[in-house]
Amino acid sequence: MRIRIAGARVLGGQAQDIEIADGRLAEPGSAGRPDLTVDADGLIALPGLVDMHVHLREPGREDAETVETGSRAAARGGFTAVLAMANTQPTADTAGVVEQVWRLGRESGWTQVQPIGAVTAGLEGTRLAELGAMARSAAGVRIFSDDGHCVSDPLLMRRALEYVKGFDGMIAQHAQEPRLTEGAQMNEGVVSAELGLPGWPAAAEEAIIARDVLLAQHVGARLHICHVSTAGSVEIIRWAKSRGARITAEVTPHHLILTDDLVRSYDPVYKVNPPLRTAEDAAALRQAVLDGTIDVIATDHAPHPAEHKCCEWTAAAMGMVGMETALAVVRLAMREEEGFGWDQVARLMSRNPARIAGLPGQGHGFEPGAHANIVLVDPGAPHTIDPADSASLGRNNPFAGTEVDTAVHSTFLYGHPVVLDGELQAPHPASKEDTWPL
Amino acid sequence: MALTSLLSASDLDRRTAVELLDLAEEMATVAGREVKKLPALRGRTVVNLFFEDSTRTRISFEAAAKRLSADVINFAAKGSSVSKGESLQDTAQTLAAMGVDGVVVRHPGSGAPHRLAQAGWLEAPIINAGDGTHEHPTQALLDAFTLRRVLHGEPASGAAGTGADGKDLAGATVMIVGDVLHSRVARSNVRTLHTLGASVVLVAPATLLPWGVESWPCQVRYDLDEAIAEFAPDAVMMLRIQLERMHQAFFPNAREYTRLWGLSAARLHALPADAWVMHPGPMNRGVEISAAAADSPRALVLDQVANGVAVRMATLYHLLTGEDSH
Ligand SMILES: [Zn+2]
Repeated sequence: MRIRIAGARVLGGQAQDIEIADGRLAEPGSAGRPDLTVDADGLIALPGLVDMHVHLREPGREDAETVETGSRAAARGGFTAVLAMANTQPTADTAGVVEQVWRLGRESGWTQVQPIGAVTAGLEGTRLAELGAMARSAAGVRIFSDDGHCVSDPLLMRRALEYVKGFDGMIAQHAQEPRLTEGAQMNEGVVSAELGLPGWPAAAEEAIIARDVLLAQHVGARLHICHVSTAGSVEIIRWAKSRGARITAEVTPHHLILTDDLVRSYDPVYKVNPPLRTAEDAAALRQAVLDGTIDVIATDHAPHPAEHKCCEWTAAAMGMVGMETALAVVRLAMREEEGFGWDQVARLMSRNPARIAGLPGQGHGFEPGAHANIVLVDPGAPHTIDPADSASLGRNNPFAGTEVDTAVHSTFLYGHPVVLDGELQAPHPASKEDTWPL
Repeated sequence: MALTSLLSASDLDRRTAVELLDLAEEMATVAGREVKKLPALRGRTVVNLFFEDSTRTRISFEAAAKRLSADVINFAAKGSSVSKGESLQDTAQTLAAMGVDGVVVRHPGSGAPHRLAQAGWLEAPIINAGDGTHEHPTQALLDAFTLRRVLHGEPASGAAGTGADGKDLAGATVMIVGDVLHSRVARSNVRTLHTLGASVVLVAPATLLPWGVESWPCQVRYDLDEAIAEFAPDAVMMLRIQLERMHQAFFPNAREYTRLWGLSAARLHALPADAWVMHPGPMNRGVEISAAAADSPRALVLDQVANGVAVRMATLYHLLTGEDSH
């Protein structure tokens, strides 16, 4: 398929034409007569976004999300690759389960689905999962995480960090000291004191990060910190990077902008783990995004069926959906921050996560020959976020009613338009075939 | 301030709180009559929606509603609503369909009454009868009512029927001692006592004070003996301590807790001679309160129970009729 994207501002620069032939970028003018021309006047072209942290719920909780619905949501959000967390039922802790998720992703064909494997069997934190088998499986797992749970046993964490070095793997830690957060319902602070909800202290995240950056540096391993949420965590990561530790870190869009004041409503749509923190924490996270301390913005997309949110706060499930509104929310969160342009969006939401996750076809530049994973963004599309307008099965979007001005216009997955003019088109026709580039 | 629900003590400004206390004085006179009943809520239905057992509180609300001639439905739901397969939303919408006029909610989870009142599932006024470790506003009102009576005389309202405002608690110092962290009574009392002009002092081991307590409108001390000497309180309110807490390292053991934070006979004597002793019940005699204190003539524990009915009558009347008094 030959596609001409006419007049797109690549990374927000001057308008230019982009040509795609057979899934790759081509020299402008070389593609001949295109099968499809997309008028990109006023649109920004970015490398396809990569979401390092999503919960697709399949297998096990297909009432919450499936690989198919989550992949559609990813495409609508401009994501050409997503990394699916391992806390499914059964847990993605064997080659069989990660291959199942990987195969479901290929069968869907709306985005590239790369499974993350569990660190410990059943996420129980007691013995290692079959890390090598998952790495050598067809899914080619490189990132391992017990996300939803912390690998809290320090010795097990050390062993996991060391073991995965053998296949260039990496541990992604959900940093939450379990004893310090027993029964925790929200950020521990003046709001939790007033609301009488058990607190989740910042120190419970920071203590694990501090321990793990020391361990990772000691054994010379790669470590990724999921959903950093506190100012103190930022300080520790900054310090660890200054010492040369191989640390990367991610933040969610919601932690950049939402704060624990919202919990005063007791509306469970704001219940998430790690919890919404203070305005000072959010400001520190935005600064860390700007100065490179934080490498990645990832959604932690966590759909839940309505009955898990239409209840009292203390009984509600933790998590928020995020893939379809991530780009708009990031732009909203960072609107006051100088120096956060389109190239920064590409760095934090495409290039860095693609590099960290080891996805060679993703997060590329716009030079001819590169895989054509591209998103076109309309920066002047004011609209109100409506959770019902969603391909995800989850409606637990805390940004319902929020006015934003950025919309995903089109998403090209390995040269195929999966979204055009905001509408889902068709999955990649070759995604099931062995010839697909993945 | 027109209240639509009573979810938190912070829903009450000084004027509304005093009005409710004055109204409760009027309601208290009903208890002294031969026929202990007013026709005010005849034909109205009040639901006691209890997700957590509390016979004392339920009976108090039930008596209050019945003395106002309301029909009372007791609805006991155990455990978390999700685990029993019926959501809070379904429960609320069922009550709305039944056309109830007021809902008294007790719930083990903080914020459940807020959710019921604010999610748009039902219109009826909601009264928080204790939610998790959050608030118990009618308990704070009955404590304030009890204090106002002993400090200002009985009735403590303006001359009955004149509409004159009753007194508040300005100038009084109230010490709240014990497990503030897990206490909905303490949260509501700090707010209500402050609203009514009293000075509040919290005394507890730091483990049993919430992080951020310094943002509350009160003073905080760790040492009970020093605090008694420093503040010479007009009343001390002893909070119930759950002995399971020692297994979570909030304090070493019951003996040490009692020695440092219990209201012993010696501490009772160290208090000013006219200081009052309060406890929201049920008491752990010999733990947070000695028999000497619990049974002393300064103890208001039974007054608190008796006044609970009048205060809850006033709250129901105010919320269901939208009026301050007859
Ligand atoms: Zn997590």
